[in-house]
This record gives sequence, structure tokens and C-alpha cells, in this order.
Amino acid sequence: MADILKSEQSPSSVEHIEAEKGVDQPFLDATELILNMGPQHPSTHGVLRVILKLDGEKVLNTECVIGYLHRGVEKIAEHRTYAMFNPYVDRMDYVAAVSNGLGYCEAVEKLLNVEAPPRAQWVRTILTELNRIASHQLWLGTHALDIGAITPLFYTFRDREEILKIFEKYCGARLTTHAFRIGGCLYETYDGFEQDVKKFCDFVTPKVDEYETLLTTNRIWLERTKGVGVLKAEDCIDLGVTGPVLRASGVKWDLRKAQPYAAYKNFEFDIPTGQNGDTYDRYLVRVAEMRQALRIIRQAVDSIPEGPIMGKVPKVMKPPVGEIYHSIEAPKGELGYFIVSDGSTQPYRVRVRPPSFVNLQALSKMVEGALVADVVAVIGTLDIVLGEVDR
Amino acid sequence: MDPVATPYFFYGLSAVAVLSAVGVIMRRNPVHSAIALIFTLLSLAGLYLMLYAPFVAGVQIILYVGGIVVLFLFVIMLINIERMQREYQFNKQWLVGLLAAAALGALFVAVYVKGQSIFPQHAVRFPEQLNTQQVGKMLYVDYLLPFEIASLLLLVAIVGAVVMAKKRI
Amino acid sequence: MADFSNYLNSNLTPGQAGAHLWVVIYILIIFAAVSLAVIAMNWLERKILAHMQVRLGPMRVGPHGLLQPIADALKLLIKEDIIPENADKLVFWMAPLVVVITAFTTYIVIPFGPTHAVTDMNIGILFMLGVASLGTLGIIMAGWASNSHYPLLGSLRSSAQMVSYEVAMGMAAVSAILMTSLRGTGVYGIGSPTADAIGTLSMIEIVRAQMNQHVWFVFKFFPLGLAAFGIFAIAMVAETNRAPFDLPEAESELTAGFHTEYSGFRWSLFFLAEYAAMIAVSSIAVTLWLGGWLRPFPHWLSGDAWDTAFSIFPAFTFFVLAGMALRTTVRMPKHPYFKIQKAGLGVFGLLLGGIGLVLLVPPVRDRVQDIYWFAIKVAAFMYLYIWYRGTFPRYRFDQLMRLGWKFMIPTGIGVLIATALVGVL
Repeated sequence: MADILKSEQSPSSVEHIEAEKGVDQPFLDATELILNMGPQHPSTHGVLRVILKLDGEKVLNTECVIGYLHRGVEKIAEHRTYAMFNPYVDRMDYVAAVSNGLGYCEAVEKLLNVEAPPRAQWVRTILTELNRIASHQLWLGTHALDIGAITPLFYTFRDREEILKIFEKYCGARLTTHAFRIGGCLYETYDGFEQDVKKFCDFVTPKVDEYETLLTTNRIWLERTKGVGVLKAEDCIDLGVTGPVLRASGVKWDLRKAQPYAAYKNFEFDIPTGQNGDTYDRYLVRVAEMRQALRIIRQAVDSIPEGPIMGKVPKVMKPPVGEIYHSIEAPKGELGYFIVSDGSTQPYRVRVRPPSFVNLQALSKMVEGALVADVVAVIGTLDIVLGEVDR
Repeated sequence: MDPVATPYFFYGLSAVAVLSAVGVIMRRNPVHSAIALIFTLLSLAGLYLMLYAPFVAGVQIILYVGGIVVLFLFVIMLINIERMQREYQFNKQWLVGLLAAAALGALFVAVYVKGQSIFPQHAVRFPEQLNTQQVGKMLYVDYLLPFEIASLLLLVAIVGAVVMAKKRI
Repeated sequence: MADFSNYLNSNLTPGQAGAHLWVVIYILIIFAAVSLAVIAMNWLERKILAHMQVRLGPMRVGPHGLLQPIADALKLLIKEDIIPENADKLVFWMAPLVVVITAFTTYIVIPFGPTHAVTDMNIGILFMLGVASLGTLGIIMAGWASNSHYPLLGSLRSSAQMVSYEVAMGMAAVSAILMTSLRGTGVYGIGSPTADAIGTLSMIEIVRAQMNQHVWFVFKFFPLGLAAFGIFAIAMVAETNRAPFDLPEAESELTAGFHTEYSGFRWSLFFLAEYAAMIAVSSIAVTLWLGGWLRPFPHWLSGDAWDTAFSIFPAFTFFVLAGMALRTTVRMPKHPYFKIQKAGLGVFGLLLGGIGLVLLVPPVRDRVQDIYWFAIKVAAFMYLYIWYRGTFPRYRFDQLMRLGWKFMIPTGIGVLIATALVGVL
């Protein structure tokens, strides 16, 4: 079996996975089973490949193989103008395309030293928070599906549809929206945008409770998630893990509060945190984040300022020579853009710090000594999108 | 009710039992052996039915086929089959095997010759409905002490197996 | 030929009466009926699950997707039959047969009515549990023969699961069998204290015992019968590998578990066997605890008038179904596109109504109502199966084992001992 894995061209080889000392000796000297999970597997969320070394059902060692969805997004940026690259970032975390666009646009704006007008900031905040809810809904559905509860998926997709409808009405696209432009937003809000968003908030608030009735106190759900994939706060910081995964470990770190961007400093909201850093806490944190996002949206819709929606930016963007790192709190964690400008119309180098990629590092630590079923649960709870991991 | 076509069933079941028993020891692949064993045990259950012992037949199916062979397979599945097939096993002790087989054969012949006078020609016919009760009465009234001793023996064996298999309990 | 018609007047199962032709006829009827039930179950599961999940389910093939199972069956039959290169061909070929044969063999002893069983074995319940446990052999063979890691893990899980839950199931069943031989009513005084106590393993006799003791065993010795029934009801879900105990085929972990490498007709045999086994174990539960073919309150509401009233239920059910179908026919969109569907649904509704009319004929009515009550009870279990699937996440392997060994089996033994004590005291 090992030969089959070795014959494939992959950056990993099975020799690397040696059973670490301290892990229990295999039962009755049975040979270890090497299970190749993915890239075609229903619950590796795309094309992640995990090579598991198993003793029965117990995981002795894991190795992630990534790159099956690599499209060279960062390289493409070097051959596109700043404005032309904007749609490409939507294709990284396609579940939260709006957040990607926001991060990129703000990074370039910082580089150009322009600022989007307040109205654009407000609209950006509303759309980004809507997108956070959509992303968490998709996560909740698929995570529950991984653990075997098939019904929440349909509930969350039903409600996510309403968000996508708002996106479609606003900019014509549902998933890869390309909603923002450098310097503001291209489109003025359509008539009834505020009402639609408010109606959505009223619609989805009871629905979040509905998801909770299905899962939060479900005995099997508790057994499957409590104490599974525990990640301590120190480990999170060591590994660079951010987002809900970090907050579930008890670290109160949210870029929306720590380094406010867009219009966030104008709104009141809490940062939900957990204590145990297990899968259940991560679930609770994300559900609480959905509620907080609704709170932000409600405040923002009530206070959208009048004014232009697009700032004044030059037709041909030539940022001064220099570099910039700007990061935002995407639904999955810290999404950072590092852009180096050589003074031309195209960036010299773009490097993205994707939250999924960094969070995925924690996988082997979280599943040490767990069972196969836990691996699936942990991949789900990390909330990775392979488009973003591989870029 | 009268039994149907008894001799045919008897010979058919016996043939299946013997053939699959031969299969158990002839196959090199242990999983095939275990599957052949299932057929042996099932045809034995059929033979018990013909002896008016439906309870024993049911227990044979539920315990041996449904329980023990499943555990056999459970263990065999984990063994590396390729290595297993290459190994040269007990074949070197064919002389002992031959002696044991001859002794067993002699015993069978002796039982056949002498048994005709010892055992009655026909099995005693219990009323079919009461078979389970009869077995229960035998086990729990007439032979209670031996039965309990046997179960204690089994318990000891189980504890021993667990101690041997698991280093840390 | 005389045998053939004489049997109809005897009040025996064909096996007991020795009417071999009727045995064959019964087996054929049961085979056809179970297959039909599996097809209906397929459609119902999709529809019920879909409505639990705010969607419509199959709507395209036939009115409301009524023909969807047939389309699926056809698709599976003409699909390419793949045997993996390194599979153990013989075992791979045998596995689905073992699963199907064992699933259908159990139906020999299921009493759909006092005379509606192929035969009445005096070890009926033992036979059923034994044969039902053989199904796991097929799963193990399938998993091993595929020579692939996911099926192997699936079949390992399956064998461990079946062996542990069989014990709990057996314990619960034994306490029900014990009740057949125990007089008394327990603390709550349910049932008749003076009834005969026979002590039997025969499925038909177990139901008769419930009749004579004036109580379904689920209510006998009040909390005890219910507890044993609960243990059995949980263990039977685990035994048939259904959610939330569907670990052997956990699709999010093991892709498809033991049948990952199977396709086409062989796969459909696994599917057929799974549903047949579900119906079979539900039948055991119905026979042991819910009074088998007995109608509700056969003693309290006795008398000719009540008998007639209850015997109209089968026809009434079909009339309701026909009414639903016809109502939907009328409500269908008035567009030429729906013409054929509308006609089809109308004919289906009329067919159901026709069956209802036939069921009103007195001789048919009297013979069919036992089957009807049995089927209704089994159908309730089938609905539970679907409901579980829509509601619960999946257990993890170690949790499943813990539940089985540390909760179900001790409780089962406790209930058994308590039943014996209450019965003797």
C-alpha cells in the first residue's frame, strides 16, 4: 500500500510519518493502516488530501497534502493592473468573496493613500457582515453534515439564499460578487436596499435559534464535539491560528476591534469567546458571531450616511514605490494582503495571508490520538476553503 | 407434522458439512476457510433440526455463526493475507497428524461397530414444542452445578485472554 | 388439489398444515410484498425526509415523484457492474447474496396474522435473531473482499457493532419471552392476572400470549416492558446500520463504508437487504411488544359491532389515501404539460380507492385486517427510522461501543432480572 502512495508525485512521502514516541504501541502488533483521505472525499471540503496513519480507528499521524486547487493567484497579480486583479481575489475564499474584495480594496487604497467615502464604508460593512453570516451558515451546514446531521444543511442553505439574493440585487452576482472597487463601491444601493437588509435581519434572527434547537443541546452533537480537537490558546498563538478558532480558545482578538477598518469603529458589538477551545466552543462562537453580525448590520442600516459612494481615484492607478500590509477579519480569520509596489500600474508582488491556510496547520495537532470520525469533525470545525488554502 | 424427505436432507446436509469442512483445512486463504466454516456450522444446524432439537439449532446459528465466526473474521481481516499465504505452517508435523487422524478414525469405527448395541436405533422423540423447556430443565435443574462450573471456566478463559491481549487494563 | 382448498378452511399456517403448495405461494407473496414495501419505503423516505428538510424531494418522475423508485431501480440494473481488479472475486460476488438471503429468510417466521405466516417455528424468535445476525457476515465479506481501506474500516465497525448490540437485543427479547410465562400485572395493574402463562419462543404464541394476558408486553409490569422495548428499539437501529448508528456506511467519514466498491445491481441488493432488514427487525419489535396483529383494545372494545368497526379501518385508510391522491389531481396546474401526470395520478387514486372497495368485502375484510394492524405498527417504526435520520448526528465509534456495553447491556440484564422477580413475587 505504501508503494501506491509513493508512486504518486506528491511533496510528501509516507516515510515522513513515523509514529511518534509516546503514542501507544499498536494493538497485537497489527500493521498500521495508511488511509489516504481525499482529494476526492466527501468531507475534506474540496480537494484536501490527508494521509492518515491509523491503528485501527485511532489516528497515529496525519499529513496534509495541498495544492490540488493551486491557480497561482498571487503570480497572476504581477501581470494585472491593480483594478484588474480585484475580481481574482473573489475566487480565493469563494464562500466569503465580499471579505476578500474588501481586504484587497482597502490595502490598495492605503497604498494609494485614498479613502473611500463614508457611505461606501457603511455599504461595505453591511455587505461584509452579510457575507460573514452566509459563510458561517455554509460552515454550520457542512460541519453538521460531516458529523452526520443532514438536516441543518438545508436549513442554513435556505437562509443563505436570502443573503445571496441581496447580493444579486446589489451587484448582479451571487457568489463571486466583485462588489467593491478601489476607492469605494461601483454601484449605488438599489431602491429598498435598507428594507431588504432589515427584513433579512428580522427573518434570520429566529432561524439562528432554529439551528440551535437542532444541535446545541443534542446529546449526540455534544458527545461528538465536546473535547474533540482541543486547541489551547498558546498553541493557537504559536501556530498563528486566527478567527473563531482562536477566539474559541479564549483569546479575545478580533481585528474589527483591534485595528478597526471600514466603518466598524462606529458600531457596538461583542467579541464572543469560548473557554475550552474544543469543537463545541468553536460552534458556539460562530453561532454567536452570526448574532453579532446581525447586530452590526442593524446598526449600520439605520445610520447609512448620505453622500457619494465612489471616492476620487485616478483613472490609471500608479501607487508610489513602497509596500503595505493590510489585514481584515474575514469570517475564517485574519485575511492579510501584502502588496509591494514598484511605482508601475501593476503590483510588483502580492502575497496573501489566507486564514484557512494558516488554520489548517493546526489539524495534525488537533487530531493526535483521535479517531477517524474526529478527523472529519476537525476538518469541518477549522472551516477551511481549499480555494483559499491553495490559491 | 411429519418430516419431509428426511434421507435426502440428511445426506445433502452431511455432504455440505463434510465438503465445507474439507474446505476449511484446504484453503490457504484464512478468510475463505472461515467462510467455509460458516457453511459447515449452518449445515450442522440443519442436522440438529432433523434430530428434533430446534433449540440447539437456533443456538448454533446465533452463537457460532452469528457470534464466533464473526469474531474470527474480525481478527483474520486484520492479518496481512499475502504474508499469511507465503508462510509454511504446520505441515512439517505430518506424522503426528497422520497418527491423530488414524486414532480418530479408529474411534469412529469403534463407535459405529459397538454403538449399534449401546445406542437406540432411533432418536427418542421429544414433543417438538417442549424442546426448549427440556433443554432448560436439563441445564438449570438436573445439571446446574456442572453448567455453572463450565460457565466459570469460560469466564476464566475470557479474563486470561483479556490479560494476555491488553498490556494495560 | 383437495389439499389446496382444504387449507383455506384450516386455521393453521401453511407450514403447520403441511400444505407445501401454500408454503410456496406464501413465500412468493411475502417476497413480492416486501420488495414492494422496500420500493414504497424508498419513495416515502425521500419524501418525508425532504419535507423535514424544507424541500420537496422527487417531483419529476411521475406525479410527485411516485415513479422515482422504479426509475432508480432501472438505472441501477443497467449500470455497469464493476468488480475491482484486486478484489477477491468469489467473496465479492457472494457478499450481497448473503446479505439479501439472510434479510429475506427472517420473513419465514414473521406472523402477519394468526394464520398469515409461512410457518410457526417453535423457536421462532431465536431463529429470527439468529438469521438477522447473519447479515453482518455479508457486510464483513463485502468489506474484506473489496480490498480497499474504506470498506475494510466499514466492515470492522459493522462487525464490532453487530456483535455488541446483538447481546443487548437478545437481553431485551428474552425479557419479553419471559413475560409470556409470567402471570401477574405488576404495580400498575395492567392486564389480566388470571391468564394462562405458557412460556414459548414461537412468534405466533407470543402474540397469543399478549391476547390472553389482555396486555401488550410493552405495558406489562409497566416500566419494565417499556424499558425492554426501549432497549430493543435502540439496538435494532444499530443492528440495521441506520442513523444515528450508521457508522459502517458513514458517508462523511468512509465515503460509503462497506459498499464503497459496489455498483449497479450488486449495490441495489445491499440497499434492498438494508430496508428488508429494517422491516424485519421492526416486525420482531411489533410481535414481541406491540401485540403483533392484534387490533387496539380487543377485550375492552369487544363485541361484533366493534369488530366490524375496526375491520373497516383498512378500507378507510385506502379511501383516505385515494382521497389525497384525487385531491392532488384536482389541484394540479391546468397546463397541457401536466396532462399525463394528472391522468396518472388520477388512475393511481382510483386504484387505491378500488383496493379500498375490495377491502370492504366481508370475507376479505376479516382476513386482511390482521395484516393491516401489523403493517400499521411496522410502518410507525419505519417512520421513526426516517425521523432519526433527519434529526440525529452520527455517533462516534467509541461512543457507540460505550453506549452498547456500558448502558444497554447492563440495563438489559437489569430489566431481565427485574422482570423475573416481579413475575415470581
